[in-house]
Amino acid sequence: MNFLNHYIYYIGAFGLIFIGLYIVLAKRNLIKVIIGLSIMDTGVNLFLISLGYIRKGTAPIFSQPGLDPKRMVDPVPQALVLTAIVIGVAVLALALSLAIRLYGHYGTLNLRKIKEQRW
Amino acid sequence: MRTVISLILLLVIAVGISLSLAKIPFGVPKTKVGRYYIDKGIKQTGATNIVTSVVVNYRGFDTLGEVTVLFIAATGLGAVFATGKRKERGKVESASLVLTTGCRFLFPFILLLGAYIFIHGHLTPGGGFQGGAIIASAFLLIYLGCRGRRINEQTAKITESLAGLLFVIVGLLGLTAGGYFLMNFLPFGTPNTLFSAGIIPIIYIAIGLKVGSELAGVIDNLMEKS
Repeated sequence: MNFLNHYIYYIGAFGLIFIGLYIVLAKRNLIKVIIGLSIMDTGVNLFLISLGYIRKGTAPIFSQPGLDPKRMVDPVPQALVLTAIVIGVAVLALALSLAIRLYGHYGTLNLRKIKEQRW
Repeated sequence: MRTVISLILLLVIAVGISLSLAKIPFGVPKTKVGRYYIDKGIKQTGATNIVTSVVVNYRGFDTLGEVTVLFIAATGLGAVFATGKRKERGKVESASLVLTTGCRFLFPFILLLGAYIFIHGHLTPGGGFQGGAIIASAFLLIYLGCRGRRINEQTAKITESLAGLLFVIVGLLGLTAGGYFLMNFLPFGTPNTLFSAGIIPIIYIAIGLKVGSELAGVIDNLMEKS
């Protein structure tokens, strides 16, 4: 129980990363591979945020007087993840648009069949 | 076969990562740089939201690079669909009056919320990226709810370019004011008021407009040309 209490966030984040990695390695449908990449992205973001967490910490915002700076969580991972989420959305859209084009060209989303076909 | 191999590979990676992660304690302060930003942040940048001061001030150049990555992704998506013709919608059954009126009623309020989020980025949780995403969601609502209405692509592109230009110009003004690129040359004002923190609100407004118009353009491309 103590182990879970200490590392539950790491376990959850890497669980998501491994689920995504498994999808990327094992599935052949291109849409599923893109979904796997997106899940991996979420897991990495979660891991970065959990690295910066401090037990019983507050958000690093001095919104009212009397907040203790010593109890605030690390702002640097939050700043990294904030931009990474939006970039993840844009890259996901780019990947999906390429998938749409591939489907229009080959008529299939199965990666093995696409590899067999000639241009 | 493929499944078994990938599972074995995952197991090997998981063991390696868990061995190295076991030495990293959870929930205790790890870095000194974050502590430095929290201690000195208000005095050096004037923003009460320390995350904002890290994103826009301490690592502003980094954020310019990230905005560029976003721009390249949106432009790439536009290039992929550049040859695609605008879809001829056949007989699309028009939505009910309740749906269209509701969407048109909600649209300005969602835009207002997005603008509020990015204007108050240096005071409250949120900022340019989040506010821009909210603005794009308002356009998505219009695309889904009111068929036939769409954004003007040219306007979105011009807004995006001007916002990106504003970011760079504010950075260059810092350079000419006798400092370095993206120097905070405006007066800080009193913390916890709207007009404080120097150039941070200006840059976050630029980022918000840029992200909002870019994501709206992405939505337009995906909905109309795919």
